[in-house]
Amino acid sequence: MTIFALATAPGRAAIAVIRVSGPAAGETVRQLTGKDPPAARQAARRQLQDSRSGDLIDQALVLWFPGPASVTGEDVAEFHVHGGRAVVHGVLDALASVPGVRPAEPGEFTRRAVLNGKMDLVEAEAVADLVAAQTSRQRHQAIGQLQGLHSALYDRWRQRLVDAMARLEAVIDFPDEELPAGLLGENTAVVTALEEEVRAHLDDGRRGERLREGLSVVILGAPNVGKSSLLNALAGNEAAIVSAEEGTTRDTVEVTMDIAGFAVSLVDTAGLREVPQGVEEEGIRRALTRAEAADLTLLVADASRWDETWRRVETHCGENALVVAGKADLARPPPGVPGLSAKTGEGVDRLIEAMAQHFRLAWQGAGLSPSRARHRAALLQVADALARYRHAETGDVTLAAEDLRLAATALGRLTGRVDVEDLLDVIFSEFCIGK
Amino acid sequence: MFHVKQRFDPPARHHYIPDMTHALSHDVIVIGGGHAGTEAAAAAARCGAATLLVTLRRSTIGAMSCNPAIGGLGKGHLVREIDALDGVMGLAIDRSGIQFRLLNASKGPAVRGPRAQADRSLYAQAVREILQEQQGLDVLEGEASDLVVSQAGEIAGVRLADGRVCRGRAVILTTGTFLRGMIHIGNERWPAGRIDEDATVALAATLERHRFSLGRLKTGTPPRVDARTIDHAALEVQPGDDPPQPFSWLTDTITVPQVPCHVTATTQATHDVIRANLDRAPVYSGRIDGTGPRYCPSIEDKVVRFGDREGHRIFLEPEGLQTTTVYPNGISTSLPRDVQEAFIATIPGLTGARILRHGYAIEYDYVDPRQLDHALQAPRIPGLFLAGQINGTTGYEEAAGQGLVAGINAARFAGDLPGVRFDRAEAYLGVMIDDLVTRGAAEPYRMFTSRAEYRLVLRADNADLRLTARGREAGCVGETRWRVFSQRCQEVRAAMTRASELQVSPDEARAAGFDVNRDGRRRNLFDLAASAAENDRRLLALWPEIAFWPDHAMDQVRTAGRYRGYLGRMEADIAAFRRDEALALPSGLDYARIGGLSAEMRETMSAIRPATLGQAARLPGVTPAALQALLRHVRRNAA
Repeated sequence: MTIFALATAPGRAAIAVIRVSGPAAGETVRQLTGKDPPAARQAARRQLQDSRSGDLIDQALVLWFPGPASVTGEDVAEFHVHGGRAVVHGVLDALASVPGVRPAEPGEFTRRAVLNGKMDLVEAEAVADLVAAQTSRQRHQAIGQLQGLHSALYDRWRQRLVDAMARLEAVIDFPDEELPAGLLGENTAVVTALEEEVRAHLDDGRRGERLREGLSVVILGAPNVGKSSLLNALAGNEAAIVSAEEGTTRDTVEVTMDIAGFAVSLVDTAGLREVPQGVEEEGIRRALTRAEAADLTLLVADASRWDETWRRVETHCGENALVVAGKADLARPPPGVPGLSAKTGEGVDRLIEAMAQHFRLAWQGAGLSPSRARHRAALLQVADALARYRHAETGDVTLAAEDLRLAATALGRLTGRVDVEDLLDVIFSEFCIGK
Repeated sequence: MFHVKQRFDPPARHHYIPDMTHALSHDVIVIGGGHAGTEAAAAAARCGAATLLVTLRRSTIGAMSCNPAIGGLGKGHLVREIDALDGVMGLAIDRSGIQFRLLNASKGPAVRGPRAQADRSLYAQAVREILQEQQGLDVLEGEASDLVVSQAGEIAGVRLADGRVCRGRAVILTTGTFLRGMIHIGNERWPAGRIDEDATVALAATLERHRFSLGRLKTGTPPRVDARTIDHAALEVQPGDDPPQPFSWLTDTITVPQVPCHVTATTQATHDVIRANLDRAPVYSGRIDGTGPRYCPSIEDKVVRFGDREGHRIFLEPEGLQTTTVYPNGISTSLPRDVQEAFIATIPGLTGARILRHGYAIEYDYVDPRQLDHALQAPRIPGLFLAGQINGTTGYEEAAGQGLVAGINAARFAGDLPGVRFDRAEAYLGVMIDDLVTRGAAEPYRMFTSRAEYRLVLRADNADLRLTARGREAGCVGETRWRVFSQRCQEVRAAMTRASELQVSPDEARAAGFDVNRDGRRRNLFDLAASAAENDRRLLALWPEIAFWPDHAMDQVRTAGRYRGYLGRMEADIAAFRRDEALALPSGLDYARIGGLSAEMRETMSAIRPATLGQAARLPGVTPAALQALLRHVRRNAA
């Protein structure tokens, strides 16, 4: 079957891309344009019409990617049309009327790419991420994975493991041969280094995963120091694109926005009182819990009552905190502390830039951290097996060899090389958007 | 995609069965009297099939054409498995072994490989005796020259060169290196199967006529030297184990006198001689183009590839108690005779050694084993089985193991019973056959323990516990073996059950001398045996009753303790493996119709026709995507 789908986001936009993949892709071009597909991988301007009614639908760019040199490995046609609802629906309708052509199911384009060997599993997961990526930073990470950064790293590890296994197996299978001295000593060094690398890769505070889910920023401060105004100021600033408002509870307000390409979830918390009571006590407890888990804390004190309000948040000051003086229109903030006035809008741009700077510093290179829980689980198995190896090698080399085999199997599972059957269902069930 | 040379490919012709009213008639006919053939014939006969062994010369039955030794790593495991299935090899080496060593004794039970030097003539004699004692087994001297195939395309028997026809319901080909064998020494070459024995040419043509794809491999042997001309005093002595440990559960003690081996090494002078004459080595002059084994290189290969080494070790293995022939293991060569003489004279201890027979390389045809199923049957001619070196393997043990499996299955085929196969989690036999029929033999295939994914389970010490009951079911395990096994099995079971009941507190364990944490967790015998030595006094102090347990049962307890966590993980692996193996692929699957398979994958799968999804996964170059496509296709069509 040949499949088609809108490849760009639904809704109003300047252009929309509709992609067709399968043996009848060329036929759809003929039906809609009345001409043969254009030269491979070259854009051609064509008039699209509904072949049933003869109605003109749109002027469009048509691209033709003959298989197997296409994204899915099949013949692929792309129609770049004007982004109006009527136009898009007109094209989709016309496509659906071509025999042997049907709308794609979620994830079907990617699945075909994987089945045709155009993509390995790690890359396929990256496509799902790419499609779901809301911000440019997430996209950057997804693209890194798509280009095989992870696959290449895992392959290098795999190769070193294979080398270490070979040395060990030689010692086991050829006891009567003269093997170079110190073979196993060499292995100890290799396996130790490998384990450290895998652990370092893992032990990055789950950065990749968090980047994908969005960073959390918590606003903390005494009551009535301008926290809510800060939230509103950030949310209202055109540099911070607020995409959704969710989870308003009696003690926290959460807004999702894009700051310098980072997906950020901004949380306003209950004010920190000195002697909290009842419901407030619970709210404060939650505020502190959120702050502890946050990627960044904005500590807000009142510029007009600085000493008193700063004391409440002082203890939370640290590497992952930015200090902000609220109500800067009422009083001058202390030296070095950026002031912010929700009323005048003063300082909002500076704060956003400071946050962006903080994120950039803290998340540099995050593109290489394993972003999937599945990757983490497998890499953890690798690291654990390597740790057992170091324990086993002093005792029974057979067990040490078994540990290397387990490590290689776990790693192989990741790059989709061995024993993938039970993983495929899970992976493909994750492709709910990818096309 | 077979990487073998395709020969001319004439159309297959059917052979009309001539009048066979006066011909011999058997259930199973085995062609070849080597290690595969003898094991196959004995197994078929044990299974109750009327069996005929056809061999060129009765006197060469059981001959060791290469080194006079049985066993080793992986190979020793195979011998134990053959013995567990009541085979010949373990018994024969126990009656003829002149030096027994357990390799890797210090490296853990899973990789301990029993090995023994054999007295060549005692070994062959033992094999002949065992065959003679076997009921239902006839031996016939003659050269099989053609297969007889029925109108329906099934095997019907074999035709001998002298015109006689032997009729049989199943035929097992075990012709070893005899198929168009060609021996090389320097520039000399002549057709031969073993030295001084004729090659088999007619059968190779028969196989081609039936469109088997054949390839060419090579192997070699070293020059043999006269022990009386070796200066043993100058050499390192390698003693055997004392007492020697038998291979077979039916052998109580080894009664053959034991002798030591000696070890020497090549020198720079040796390498110089070889280097100066490389152009006269057939492998380097281009006269040989068969693929040789990487793990068993000739001495000229060693010098070319690792010439910077000071010397290469040579094991001087006596060929027997009565003979003065010594097999210098490690210097197989096809260099000209004068070069062999010259380099031998540069080796310490061999400076005055006389060469009794020169080393040679042998090239031979083999049948690409990917044309066989797991019973070693060739589906294109039902009833035809192939076993041994003809399938691209090397080594007596590999040959014998295949012979055994082919023998059982041929007997069952003749009796209209379903075939028997062993899987990769059950036996090295299963690993070997699966490797052969799935991945073929790009070089002569030899068993290594690293080929076994489930190595911790496939031990030499539990081969019988894994296989004897299965062999009994298959019909190849006789009464005596079964009685001995049943008793051992009972003793092991009793020990394993008792071992988890015997428990002590941490304080009690510490008092006995075990360094355990005071964590309040009670330790049982498995826990403490894991770190204990053989006959550990600390264990005896805690539980005096174990002094009465048989050693073999205590060994199983100790190993189970030692491998505990690992065996648990491995069992989970094995369960996953068996799930994939249980997913049978329809035999008539049209791979061309499966979407999402690359052209290369389609070709590979159509050629091999994997029996299960698990086997498909082990094909070279198979991607998860291809497997997924295969699985989807099968599920959709099954629904």
